[in-house]
Amino acid sequence: MSEEVQARIAGIVGGNDVVLFMKGTPLFPQCGFSSRAIAILEHLGVPYESVDVLQDQEVRQGIKAFSDWPTIPQLYVKGEFIGGSDIMMEMYEAGELHQLMAEKGVVSAG
Amino acid sequence: MPMAADDIAGLIREAIPDAVVEITDLAGDGDHYAAKVTSESFRGLSRVRQHQAVYAALGGRMGGVLHALQLTTAVPT
Repeated sequence: MSEEVQARIAGIVGGNDVVLFMKGTPLFPQCGFSSRAIAILEHLGVPYESVDVLQDQEVRQGIKAFSDWPTIPQLYVKGEFIGGSDIMMEMYEAGELHQLMAEKGVVSAG
Repeated sequence: MPMAADDIAGLIREAIPDAVVEITDLAGDGDHYAAKVTSESFRGLSRVRQHQAVYAALGGRMGGVLHALQLTTAVPT
């Protein structure tokens, strides 16, 4: 991965409290796993940014190296890689995702 | 090219010998799987690290030939 792409990704991850790298957009997810990740974030009611990797091949490849994680979606909270949709679902069901957001000072919009 | 469930389980057991691997073919099409992997070697690791250990066992196939693998990891109780 080029340093430029690495720096761009670091900027996105560092500049947003909650950011989901996904395929498609929150309104039109292009993959079931991304759709599931969005549904979880919507249930949590926290503000989040999303990045559509289908619109950016460099980020699509670069994000996998960035986190040493082979798949998309990927969730980052306050600069920390939290996991993909399976981990998000597990944490959501265990109440851990709520807890994490609270601990990190991310407040629900509602 | 889809992968057979036995091949997925075999790769995981090769890298994580004590792993108990349950594979479910979600759609019956040999392409959408759920895997549950239980191993003592996961103890003390974060979920991310546990999943990374399984992905490493799959040797780069995850996200490639294996697009749709739902993964759950656990330590034996």
